Amino acid sequence: MSDTQFDVKKYIRAQFFPHMWCPGCGHGIVMSALLRAIDDLGLKNDDVSVVSGIGCSSRISGYLDFNTAHTMHGRALPTATGVKLANPNLKVIVPFGDGDSTAIGGNHFIHACRRNIDITAIVMNNRIYGMTGGQYSPMSGCGVKASTAPYGVPDRAFDLVELAKGAGATFVARTTVYHAKEAQSTIKKAIEHKGFSVVEILSMCPTQFGRKNKAGEAPQMMEWYKEATVPMGSKKLEENPDLIQRGVFVDEDVPEYCEVYQTNVIDKVMKKG
Amino acid sequence: MAKNIQFIPGSDACIEGALYAGCDFFAGYPITPSSEVAEGLAAALPKRGGKFIQMEDEIASMACIIGAALAGKKVMTATSGPGFSLKQEGIGYACMAEVPCVIANIQRGGPSTGNPTHVAQGDTMQARWGSHGDHSIIAMTASNLQDVFKITVEAFNLAEKYRTPVVLMFDEATQHLREKVVIPEPGEIKVVDRIRTNIPVGEQYYPYLTDENGQRPMSDFGAGHRFHVTGLHHNIMGFPDVSPENVNALIHHLVDKIESKANEIAMYKEYYMDDAEYVIVAYGTTTRSALQAAEDYRNQFGIKVGVLELQVVWPFADEIVREKCAGAKAVIVAEMNMGQIVREVKRVVAEPEKVYFSNRVDNQIIKPADIKAAIRMITGKGV
Repeated sequence: MSDTQFDVKKYIRAQFFPHMWCPGCGHGIVMSALLRAIDDLGLKNDDVSVVSGIGCSSRISGYLDFNTAHTMHGRALPTATGVKLANPNLKVIVPFGDGDSTAIGGNHFIHACRRNIDITAIVMNNRIYGMTGGQYSPMSGCGVKASTAPYGVPDRAFDLVELAKGAGATFVARTTVYHAKEAQSTIKKAIEHKGFSVVEILSMCPTQFGRKNKAGEAPQMMEWYKEATVPMGSKKLEENPDLIQRGVFVDEDVPEYCEVYQTNVIDKVMKKG
Repeated sequence: MAKNIQFIPGSDACIEGALYAGCDFFAGYPITPSSEVAEGLAAALPKRGGKFIQMEDEIASMACIIGAALAGKKVMTATSGPGFSLKQEGIGYACMAEVPCVIANIQRGGPSTGNPTHVAQGDTMQARWGSHGDHSIIAMTASNLQDVFKITVEAFNLAEKYRTPVVLMFDEATQHLREKVVIPEPGEIKVVDRIRTNIPVGEQYYPYLTDENGQRPMSDFGAGHRFHVTGLHHNIMGFPDVSPENVNALIHHLVDKIESKANEIAMYKEYYMDDAEYVIVAYGTTTRSALQAAEDYRNQFGIKVGVLELQVVWPFADEIVREKCAGAKAVIVAEMNMGQIVREVKRVVAEPEKVYFSNRVDNQIIKPADIKAAIRMITGKGV
């Protein structure tokens, strides 16, 4: 479907707008990319379930006209696991933040990767706890200033792509809100992927991260995503290995959890009688 | 047709009850002494097309059953001790979002790791107040395995009817005890399913709108109504709404929907209560010893002791307990904790100074002799 035909009203609960995100926040771009990807795939609203956690990014579920749950801090993935296993016909999408997914929900994240249940996790990574006032997250990185790290964060950041790969996710990708079209096509691929898919989307928080780290306003932060990232395996990377890679790092065909449970457990024991 | 009579442990009685009630989804995490429930349902559920999943932790298994309930399943998890503490976050969410679910808490010695393989009733108050914020909850228990079966069925019924988490407060002793259980035929015990909305797909459905029958009919994710669920204070649409009027109405609803039905929800048993001059209030395993103590006093000393067994512990049946204890020369509350339900009994009876307490917290089942010691102290009779 061409972009000119995209009608956002088909997918949003317009009565709950304007959204609560700050001016310059990247999350609206992620929401747009997600909805365009869903539109590209021709999914029916009734067949989509969006399950989020707690935080700025997780407020996305309320704005979208699907089967939606705004759950507990860190618990989006296990709740989504229940939804998916109970009704495997639903396309289950979990958009949430970096703190939600890798700190308080870190255990759930690695096990969802390992289990390979058909859920698409979209990590909106702004490297900060926005809603609670700019505390550092496991994705902030050493030296970053945060309200709980006035002298700089002392600990190292997760590399979400490596974390998801190591935990066994069968689709792992990274993009940024600067690369909105790429985000859209990446989310589309992730939803199409049968199994657990992880899409990390770098998304700016000018209010909390930007201000404390003198990263500029939203346009400058977006500019940084352009400068600091490269497509995976690009020549530029050889010259500057510190650049952040974008792209699809893993796309493997591995038996999916709900299907395995159906064929290896239910079908087998019911056949035995 | 021959009756289905089984000689089974309490865990199996609980499993059979869950299956009878129509449980078709279980998520759990191993913990003693509740693991047998998970093991049994891992084997039984797929045989009938149901689903079992072992999650990465206690929190995840609680969240998982909430997700499955939203997608239309009759759900359960089982845990104990520290696992029950970890589940409180999800239990609060299920209270707030009005998600039917059953949590079996097979009580063991605490606090902390305590004693995983021995009996206690130290979680009675945690079942009521374990999750933060104002809410009400239903908690039930039983003292023999026929009742473990029945109460488990009723737990699902109440969860579905009232759109609430229901806690099964069994304990290590009933879990590992073996007794004869007659599995009822289908239809012998009523099975309640959640009321689903009859709003046609495409029309506006309000997930938290009370209908003329006082019910809030549900829909399932994927059924076409596309509703929203949140742990935030929310309005009838399920959307965040922190206006004082809305929050006030919400909190009152969450509490009143259970507390105002306390008499309706109440389940209890009376033994020798018709002429009882002394009443022992007991629940769960404790009831067995209370019954023996009552019979001994009647047989040996002609002292009329009766037993009131609470099967629904929460909501506390204020009026029923007050009425049953009225006129008693003394009320003895027997518990395997440092005094939890005794506070409730003292709160509701007309003469709280006549309420005595008999307990044991050494991981041993309270003995008839323990309770008789209290009766001897009160009556001056006995050995």
